[in-house]
Amino acid sequence: MATSSNDSTALLDIAEVSKSFGSVEVLRSVSLKVAKGEVVTIIGPSGSGKTTLLRCVNFLESYDSGSIRIDGKEVGFRDGGARQRRSERDLAAMRAETGMVFQSFNLFPHLTAAGNIMLGLTKVRGKSNAEARSIAQHWLGRVGLAHKADSLPAELSGGQQQRVGIARAVAMEPKILLLDEITSALDPELVGEVLAVVKSLAEDGMTMVMVTHEMAFARDASSRIVFMADGGVSAVGPPKEVLAAEITNERLRTFLARFRASHF
Amino acid sequence: MLSQIAYALPFLAEGFALTLWVSLLVVALSLIAGVILGVGLVYGPVPLRWAVRIFSDTIRGIPILVLIFFVYYGLPAVGVHLQSFWAAVLALTLFKTAQVVEYLRGAVASIAKGQSEAAMAIGLTFRQRLAYVIFPQAFRRFLPPWINGVTDAVKGSALVSLLGITDLMQAINQVIGRTYEAMPLYILGALLYFAVNYALSLASRRLERRFAFIRE
Repeated sequence: MATSSNDSTALLDIAEVSKSFGSVEVLRSVSLKVAKGEVVTIIGPSGSGKTTLLRCVNFLESYDSGSIRIDGKEVGFRDGGARQRRSERDLAAMRAETGMVFQSFNLFPHLTAAGNIMLGLTKVRGKSNAEARSIAQHWLGRVGLAHKADSLPAELSGGQQQRVGIARAVAMEPKILLLDEITSALDPELVGEVLAVVKSLAEDGMTMVMVTHEMAFARDASSRIVFMADGGVSAVGPPKEVLAAEITNERLRTFLARFRASHF
Repeated sequence: MLSQIAYALPFLAEGFALTLWVSLLVVALSLIAGVILGVGLVYGPVPLRWAVRIFSDTIRGIPILVLIFFVYYGLPAVGVHLQSFWAAVLALTLFKTAQVVEYLRGAVASIAKGQSEAAMAIGLTFRQRLAYVIFPQAFRRFLPPWINGVTDAVKGSALVSLLGITDLMQAINQVIGRTYEAMPLYILGALLYFAVNYALSLASRRLERRFAFIRE
């Protein structure tokens, strides 16, 4: 598993990305490289820009300057450096290369669990219904929900819905999976089942960038932890370093201390 | 009274057919135009949004009767001459379109933003997002006010009689002009309008039940 942060063949290459909402700078020249197979977790206080950064990676948010490349290809803007937004069709094709799992699940309520997974497979990947159905079944099995294929989202628990959300994203065989606080909306007893699925994907070598408040999970499952504060990357490194007892980074120390005080 | 109704029915048949024809045209044309303009209002660039907003607010602020007279008597002043039938259809369609725009905007706006984002994230294009994610969910909320609007269109079509078009209303008045028996005829007319609209309501309720499974 690659852990090098200056790998020139990075799968995801975020370079000096800045973004403001009005007068508020939410991202200040953020740079981050993620190699194939890496699991990178982003931690930090709310308002630090973690989620915004993640949403820039599949261009759900645009950014003001800098570049984000996946496999060398600029995500939101046309090739040639003119900073011209990609066409709707191009953007859709680029987004299909990344998978995203949302805090609020965002399953399509009018489709069954299998239907949720099949939509992208048939409409974007051009697979036949039968083929899509069997892929959906496979992934539902992977997340432990083979028996829920024909259930509507409203008939599933939060943890089950989120597992379908993960299956929907990975079934598209994305190059990189983006996970945005995927356990934050879950009851505590349901968090484990979702994280177990993420962990098994990590073991399969899926490249992931994950915004999370689950420190124990970040420590155990990630190749590197990125600590963001005030819209910038404040610390980055292997879990052992970032979560070490002896931390010189003032902001990180305060964050971790506060976190421990409220969670343990 | 039954004999009077039996006497009148043949005379009314043609008018009734015209009422249905006008209603159908208005409903179909306004549905197409309203959905397109509604999508423009929700997703379009700012100038388009403004244009649709102004159109909708203006039309909805004018009494339908004024609109009909404006199209029929006013447009010839700028060189547009329409037959009374088409003038009536145009005026009613404009009126109904403005309403459909609002039904569509309301229905689409009620769908959580996360739905669009999830659809984007799996790589669906704008049209695919509308077709497979947004519209199937919005339909359930669009249907009740829209059916309401359809029954309004059927009732409102009676106004075309004011341009001398022989619809159901005009046919009723013509028969009354011959027989001087107003009450049975008006009751008959009311029943005919009611029958159409009640059938629509029933169909709508069945459709609504079919989509009731969608829960967020």
